[in-house]
Amino acid sequence: MSLWRLIFTNLRRHRVRTAVGATGIALGVATMLSVVGLLGGAVKMFERILRSDAEMVVFEKNVSDLFFSNVDVAVAEELEKQPFVREAQPVLFTIIAAPDRPVVTCFGIRASDGRLKKGEWLQGSAAGFTDDGRSLVLGERSAEFLNAKPGDTIELGQGTYPVAGVVRMENGFENGGVFMPLAACQKAFHKDGVCSVITVALAEGHESSEAKQWIAGRHKRLTALENEEFSRSYSQFKIMKTTAWVVGGCAFLLGGLSVTNTMILSVFSRIKELAIARVCGFSRSQVARMIFGESLVVSAIGTLAGWGLSSGGLWLLAKVPMLQGYVEPRIGWQEVAGAMSLAAFTALVGALYPAWYAAKLKPAEALRFE
Amino acid sequence: MEQQVWVENVWKSFDRGRIEVLKGVSLGVTKGEIIALCGTSGCGKSTLLNVISGLEEVDRGDVRVSGYNVVTESTRIDLLRHHIGYVFQFHHLMSDLTLAENCLVPLIASGGRRSDGMVRLHELAAATGVEHRLDRRVRELSGGERQRGAIVRSLMNDPELLLCDEPTGALDERNREKVFDLLLDLVRARGRTLVLATHDPDLASRCDRTVRMRDGRIEGDSN
Repeated sequence: MSLWRLIFTNLRRHRVRTAVGATGIALGVATMLSVVGLLGGAVKMFERILRSDAEMVVFEKNVSDLFFSNVDVAVAEELEKQPFVREAQPVLFTIIAAPDRPVVTCFGIRASDGRLKKGEWLQGSAAGFTDDGRSLVLGERSAEFLNAKPGDTIELGQGTYPVAGVVRMENGFENGGVFMPLAACQKAFHKDGVCSVITVALAEGHESSEAKQWIAGRHKRLTALENEEFSRSYSQFKIMKTTAWVVGGCAFLLGGLSVTNTMILSVFSRIKELAIARVCGFSRSQVARMIFGESLVVSAIGTLAGWGLSSGGLWLLAKVPMLQGYVEPRIGWQEVAGAMSLAAFTALVGALYPAWYAAKLKPAEALRFE
Repeated sequence: MEQQVWVENVWKSFDRGRIEVLKGVSLGVTKGEIIALCGTSGCGKSTLLNVISGLEEVDRGDVRVSGYNVVTESTRIDLLRHHIGYVFQFHHLMSDLTLAENCLVPLIASGGRRSDGMVRLHELAAATGVEHRLDRRVRELSGGERQRGAIVRSLMNDPELLLCDEPTGALDERNREKVFDLLLDLVRARGRTLVLATHDPDLASRCDRTVRMRDGRIEGDSN
């Protein structure tokens, strides 16, 4: 019999206690992975809205949210004339209210914007969406909740708009949003000549640094970032990611307390056994290793259970019709490795006091313990 | 004759010196000797055994076992792993483990090879009559079987010195005789040293030597 066998046997002997400890960790892991997965998915969805076919994004410097960014559309026209740019598309992000929906995301885009071509046209066609028109294209989900089809007229904000088509987009935000011609969108929101961002596709053989230099030289109020740079630096993404890890960390803290509690109970309920182990020649470090080992195994069981729980929960969430397209859980290896490391750390910290207590037990005193 | 245990002027107190349990005890035990420590409850028998095994630290005095000076933690661990076996009044086996698993615990501590341990386990279990009960959980065993199991566990690492603290105290009369006979046979057959704490004069009379303790002191020695 090895120390590990003894560890597993000890845990098996106290199944309920082991289950309680593992459940604490499982809930911590599940919360962390779910929150990180959901927010990570949301971030990725938003990133894809910006990317479309472009490699770069131009927006107003130092804005906390892209909804507050104002970029002159003329900049897009200037950019398109540059040899290093293949395409520059202005996009205006807005929030608009429908009669039964206070919040509908509205994308003001040009008819030439590639994103509508990527969708699957369910009704109508791209021909009905023109730069000088007022006809909208609805995402599949928004068509459902607005109960609209091509030929209908819908009320949005202060105006009414004809529907040109319904398109199924992969991205939840786009699928639940409304595409409006840029000029109509600018007019509706009193943002004439302005967009939120310009997505820039570089011409073949050209570097992003050329676009950056060009923007820096001519438009000091604006910044141009590659998509990856934008993802790393955009404060909203940072806040979301940090929130996810903080919420997850708090959940872990609670899980850690449950492990500590479990291990303390475990040590206190078998003081005589530990004393006998010492009489049989166990050193203090062997006793401590046994307690740490038990804690690690409890934590490993909890991590696996939590991983399964969060994966299953997110999978189910993604299947809920109301949330279709909005939930894009992304639990990558990085997140799983992070959760595992935190779980192992929690297990070790949680077992610190119980292991210290068990190791310092004086066998003769412990054998007299009632 | 080679000394197995050498205790010289040992003092031990508890509760910050308020309760003195051993008061200048000196005792020598030669290799292969079977000795009974007799006396009423609280006279210091168990404490003396604990001091010999290193489970209790002394306030003053010297304790040497198998040539080791029982001072440091590493010496105590080495003694308990390789030189000393301990049997208590209560078996102190883990009730949810099988008897075999319990008996293999000293092997985990010493890092001994499992294959060697299994051979020894079966040999000792056969000698104590519990071989057919090895795969049973402790809670399924009778009191006598449990105590025999505790004896097997104490001998797993083939110690030179066996310390027994009222090893038959929790058994009925029939089992008491059987287990004690077994203990003596095992120790004699292997030429090991036995120090037995008992308040039973019948058991003491069957040992090579009887040391009488009273109020923390050695009152008489049949040697």
